[in-house]
Amino acid sequence: MNDLGFPVLSLMLAVPMAAAVACLFVSANTARWLALIATLIDLALGILLWINFDIGGAQWQFVEKAALFDRFSWALGIDGIALMLIMLSVFLMPICIGASWEAIQTRVGEYMAAFLLMEVLMIGVFAAQDIFLFYIFFEAGLIPMYLIIGIWGGANRIYASYKFFLYTLLGSVLMLIAMFWMVNEAGTSDIPTLMAYDFPLEAQSWLWLAFFASFAVKMPMWPVHTWLPDAHVQAPTAGSVILAGVLLKMGGYGFIRFSLPMFPDASVDYIWLVFILSMIAVVYTSLIALVQSDMKKLIAYSSVAHMAIVTVGLFAFNRQGLEGALIVMLSHGLVSGALFLCVGVIYDRLHTREIDRYGGLSINMPRYALLFLLFTMASIGLPGTSGFVGEFLSLVGVYEVSSWVAIVSTTGIILGAAYMLYLYRRVAYGVIKSDDVAAMPDLTKREIALLLPIAVVVLWMGVYPESFMAPMRNDVGALEARLAAAKPLGDAQVKLGVAPVLTPAAHAEEGHH
Amino acid sequence: MAITLIVFLPLLAAIIAGLGNRIIGNVPAKLVTTAALFAACALSWPIFLGFLSGSSTEYVVPVLSWLRSGDLQFDWALRVDTLTAVMLVVVTSVSALVHLYSWGYMDEDPDQPRFFAYLSLFTFAMLMLVTADNLVQMFFGWEGVGLASYLLIGFWFRKPSANAAAIKAFVVNRVGDLGFMMGIFGTFLVFGTVSIPAILAAAPGMEGATIGFLGGRFDLMTVLCLLLFIGAMGKSAQLGLHTWLPDAMEGPTPVSALIHAATMVTAGVFMVCRLSPMFEASPIALTVVTIVGAATCFFAATIGTTQWDIKRVIAYSTCSQLGYMFFAAGVGAYGAAMFHLFTHAFFKALLFLGAGSVIHAMHHEQDMRYYGGLRKHIPLTFWAMLTGTLAITGVGIYHLGVGFAGFWSKDAILEAAYASGSQAGMTAFWVGTVAALLTSFYSWRLMFLTFWGKPRWIQSEHIQHSVHKTPEQAGADTTGGYHPHESPLAMLLPLGLLGIGAVIAGQVFHDAFLDQAGFWNGSITYNADLMHAMHEVPTLVKYAASIVMVIGLAVAWLFYIRNTSLPGKVSAALGPVYRFVLNKWYFDELYNAVFVKPSQALGRFFWKAGDEGTINRFGPDGAAVLVTSGSRIAVKLQSGFLYSYALVMLLGLVAALTWLMVR
Repeated sequence: MNDLGFPVLSLMLAVPMAAAVACLFVSANTARWLALIATLIDLALGILLWINFDIGGAQWQFVEKAALFDRFSWALGIDGIALMLIMLSVFLMPICIGASWEAIQTRVGEYMAAFLLMEVLMIGVFAAQDIFLFYIFFEAGLIPMYLIIGIWGGANRIYASYKFFLYTLLGSVLMLIAMFWMVNEAGTSDIPTLMAYDFPLEAQSWLWLAFFASFAVKMPMWPVHTWLPDAHVQAPTAGSVILAGVLLKMGGYGFIRFSLPMFPDASVDYIWLVFILSMIAVVYTSLIALVQSDMKKLIAYSSVAHMAIVTVGLFAFNRQGLEGALIVMLSHGLVSGALFLCVGVIYDRLHTREIDRYGGLSINMPRYALLFLLFTMASIGLPGTSGFVGEFLSLVGVYEVSSWVAIVSTTGIILGAAYMLYLYRRVAYGVIKSDDVAAMPDLTKREIALLLPIAVVVLWMGVYPESFMAPMRNDVGALEARLAAAKPLGDAQVKLGVAPVLTPAAHAEEGHH
Repeated sequence: MAITLIVFLPLLAAIIAGLGNRIIGNVPAKLVTTAALFAACALSWPIFLGFLSGSSTEYVVPVLSWLRSGDLQFDWALRVDTLTAVMLVVVTSVSALVHLYSWGYMDEDPDQPRFFAYLSLFTFAMLMLVTADNLVQMFFGWEGVGLASYLLIGFWFRKPSANAAAIKAFVVNRVGDLGFMMGIFGTFLVFGTVSIPAILAAAPGMEGATIGFLGGRFDLMTVLCLLLFIGAMGKSAQLGLHTWLPDAMEGPTPVSALIHAATMVTAGVFMVCRLSPMFEASPIALTVVTIVGAATCFFAATIGTTQWDIKRVIAYSTCSQLGYMFFAAGVGAYGAAMFHLFTHAFFKALLFLGAGSVIHAMHHEQDMRYYGGLRKHIPLTFWAMLTGTLAITGVGIYHLGVGFAGFWSKDAILEAAYASGSQAGMTAFWVGTVAALLTSFYSWRLMFLTFWGKPRWIQSEHIQHSVHKTPEQAGADTTGGYHPHESPLAMLLPLGLLGIGAVIAGQVFHDAFLDQAGFWNGSITYNADLMHAMHEVPTLVKYAASIVMVIGLAVAWLFYIRNTSLPGKVSAALGPVYRFVLNKWYFDELYNAVFVKPSQALGRFFWKAGDEGTINRFGPDGAAVLVTSGSRIAVKLQSGFLYSYALVMLLGLVAALTWLMVR
C-alpha cells in the first residue's frame, strides 16, 4: 500500500464524496459547515501527503490498485506533478467554500454538493493511474461545473454553460476513441505503462491530434478559447476560482501525462502548431484584454494568454521549459483564483462587473487595494512573486528552441502590465464617483481569511520556489529523458569565433582604437 | 554582516510602516523608516571607505537559495565590491536624506506612512539591484524599483495625470525589460549560467562568436549586449524609451529626487558598468551605447531649454546627464561614468529637493513663468540651488584643480570621449560639448527665472487661491501680497548636506574614481591607457566644458535678465524648430499614434471580428442553431438545456463503460 498504512488517496476522494451526499439532505447552514469541514480535512490529508511524499523516491507513490472488471481497475497513485496539482486543488477548495458562504443563498445544499463532487473529480483526475478511470474523472468534472454555471450563474448562464459543454465534449469524444485504440494496442490501461510504451510512429500522429483536441479546449488554446470568457463571466465567484484555478490546469496536465510522454515523436512534429497557436494567443488575447470593460472577462482573457506560456514551455522539451510550465500552472491557479476572488469581493458589494462603475477603492478599501495590488503584480510576473518564476523559466526554456517564439511570447510581459495596471487604475485609483461605491466597506475577516493564505503562498513560491519544484524534479527529469531523443535543435547554434587569442592589453587596444 | 542589515532594514521598515501604521500610528511609521535608512547609511559609508582605502576586498553573503532548474541555478545573495560600495553610499545617503526631507515636504499629506513605506521599499529593491550577484536578482531589483516607482509616481492616486504617468512609467520600462529578459535568456543559453562573475570571466572568450537570432546570424556578444542595453535604456530613460521620465514628475518631489534623479534611473548605467567585460567583447555594442548616450544627452538638453515646469526642466536635465554617463561607458571610461553617476546623485538630488523647497514656498506652483525674485525670500533654498547649479554646469578652474562636483566628472567624460580617438567617441565629445552649453543655459535659465527679476507670482492660480486675489485686484503689486516662506529645518538640513556633497564630491574622490585601477579592483573594466590618454588631451579640450559653460551662462543672463523680451523674439524667429523642441520632439504623439491607438483598435478588432464575428459565429453559435433545430424533442423533454446536456453526458459515459465491459 504506502507508508501511511491507509489508502490516503481513496480517503481523499471518499471524504468529499460522503460530504457531498450528506449536503443534499441537510439545512443550508449545516451544508456550509459540512462542506468547509470536509474540504479542510482534505487539505489536511493533502498536507500529510506532501509531508510523506518521498522526494527522490519511487516515481509513483501512495499507489492503490484494485481490479474491478476486465482491464479496468481502481488504480490510484501520484508522482510529484500530480502531488502539486492535488495540493493546488485541496488548497483552493476551502477558499471556494468560504467565498460562497454568503454569496450563495439559493439551493445551498446542492451547491455545496456540486463543489464537493468537483473536488472528488479533480483529485481523481490527478491521482488516476488507469486511463479510463482518468477519462471518467476528466469528463465527469464537466457536470458539476456545468451545473454550477447553469444554476447559480449570471443572467446569460444557459448560453455560457452550453458553450462550455459543447466545446469540451467535442474534444473528449475524439480522446475517448484514441484511448480505446491505445489500450487495444498496448494491452493495458495502466497509465505508467502507457507512458513508457512506444506507439508506432504512424499512429502517434492521429493519437496526438485526438488528445490535442481535448486538451487544447481545456487549456484553452486559441482559437478554441471562446467558451472561457463566457463561462467565467456567468459563473459565481467560487466557480470562476475553481475553473481558472484547477480546471484550466487539466489541459496542461493532460499534455504532461499523455501527449508528451506517450507520443514524443508526434509532439515534435506538431511543435510549430503549438507554438504558433500559443504566440497568437499571447498577443491576441492580451490585446483583447486591454479593451475589456468587464472585470471577469478581462481576467479570463488574461488567463488564455498565461496558459499560452504554459504550452510554449511544455513544448520547449527541456527542463526549464517543463518546470516553468508547471510553475506557471500552479502560480496561475493561485493568482487568477485570487483575482477572481478580488472581483467577487466587490461584486458582492455592488453587484456589477462593469469596471467603470468602480474607482478610488484605495480610499475606502485600503486592505483590499493592497491585496489586489499584490495579485495584480503577481499576474504581471513581478519577480518575487510566483508569476515571475514560472514565466521566466518557461521563456528561458523556449528561447533555447526558438528566439522568435521567445520574443513574441515575452511581449506578454508588456501587454500584461498594460491591461492589468489599467484595470487596477480604474478600480483602485482615481476618485470615488458615486455614493454606493463610497459606502463599500473594506474586507471582512472572512474575506481576509480567503485572500491572505493565497498571498502568502504566492510570495513563498516567488521567493523560494524550491519547495514546490523539488517534488516534481525527478518526474520532469523522467519526462525530459523520454523526450530527449525527439528534442528539436534550437535556432541559436552558437559558433565560436576564430579570432586569435589576444592578451588583455592588446584586447583593450582593439576595443578602443 | 553589515550588508545584510543595510539591505533588509529598509524592507523591514517598509513592512512595519506599510502594514502596521494603523497600529503604531503615523509618527512611529515615519520614524522607523527614517531611522532604518539612517542606520543603513551609517553602515554603508564604512564599507565604501574600506574600499577607498584599499583595505577591503570583494565578498558575497549568501541569503537563500532561489531557483534550481537543471543547469539554471541561482541564489539570493549580496555581493559587495567597489562598484556595489559606490552605489551603496549613493543609494542609502540620498534615500536617508530624502526620508528626512519628506518629514517637512509631506507634512500635510494624510497618507504619510504609505509614502514612507514606499520610499523604504524602493530603497530595499534598489539595494537588491546593486548587490546582485546574478542577472536574475538584478532583474528582481530592477522590477522592484519599477514597482516602487510606479507606486510613488501614482502616490496621489486621485489625480488622473498621476495615474497615467505611473502606468506609462511601468509599461515603457517593460518594453526595456523585454530586452533585458531576452538578454538574460541568451546569456544563459550561451554561458550556461546567470552568475555575473562567471559570465564576465567567460565573456572575453566569446569574442567573435556568432549566434542565430530571429532568423539571422549575428555577432554573439553584440546580440547579448544590445538586448541587455535595451533594458538599460528603459530604466535610464534613453532616447526612444525616455518618454516616461518627464511624466514621472507627477510624483511628489522627494520621489523625483530619489528615484528619478539620483538612484533608479542610474541603474542602467550601473548595469553597463557591472557587465563592462561583456560590453568590452563587443565593439559594436559599445559604439551603440556611445551613440545612444550622446544622442540622448543632446536631445534632452534641447528640450530642457524650452520647458516652463521647474521639475520638467530638471527631469530633462537628468535624462541628458544620463546620456553623458552612457557615452562615457561606451568609450570605455566606466570609471568616469560611475564618477558622474556618483557626483550627479548629489547635485541632482540637491536641485530636485531645492526645487521642492521652491514649490513648497510657492504654494505648489511649478511653473517658472510665475516665479521671479525669490532670492531674497527663500535665501537658504536659493544658496542650495545655486550650489547645485554651479555643480551641474561644471564650474571649476582646470588650472588650479579646484571645482564643483560636476566639473570633475563631466570634464573627465568629455576628455575620455576625445581621448578614445574613435569616431563615435569624437562625435560624442562634440555633442557632449554642445550639450554642456545647453546644460549651462537651461540651468541658469531656471535660476534666473526663479530667483532673479521681478516677482510674477500673482499670475499663478495657486497663488491667487492662496491670497484670494485676481491679478486685476492685485494691480501693480505682482506679488499679490503673497509671502513665500523658507522651508522647515527637516527640508533645509538635507539641502545643506547634499550641498556639501555637490561642492566637494568631485574634489575629494576624482583621484580614486578616475585614476586608480586599485580602487575599482576589477569590479569594472578599467582601461588604464584610456585614463592616461585622458590627461594628455589638448588644453582646449580640457577647457572646452568651461568655455561653453560661460557662454551658456552669458546667453541665459542676456535672455532672462538683461533683455527679457529676447526669448520671445528668438522662439518666434525659430518658429517650427522651437515648437518641435517645446513639444518634446513629438515623441508622445508619435507613440500614441503608432503603439497606443493601434493596440486598442487591434484589441477591439480581435474581440469583435475575431472572437465574436468568426470563432463564435462559425463555432459554438453555429452549432447551436443546428443542435436546437435538430433536437427540439430533447429540449421539450426537459425544462432547459441544462439538464439535457448533463443527461447526454451521463448517457455517453454509461455507454462507454458498457462497451468496455461487454467487449
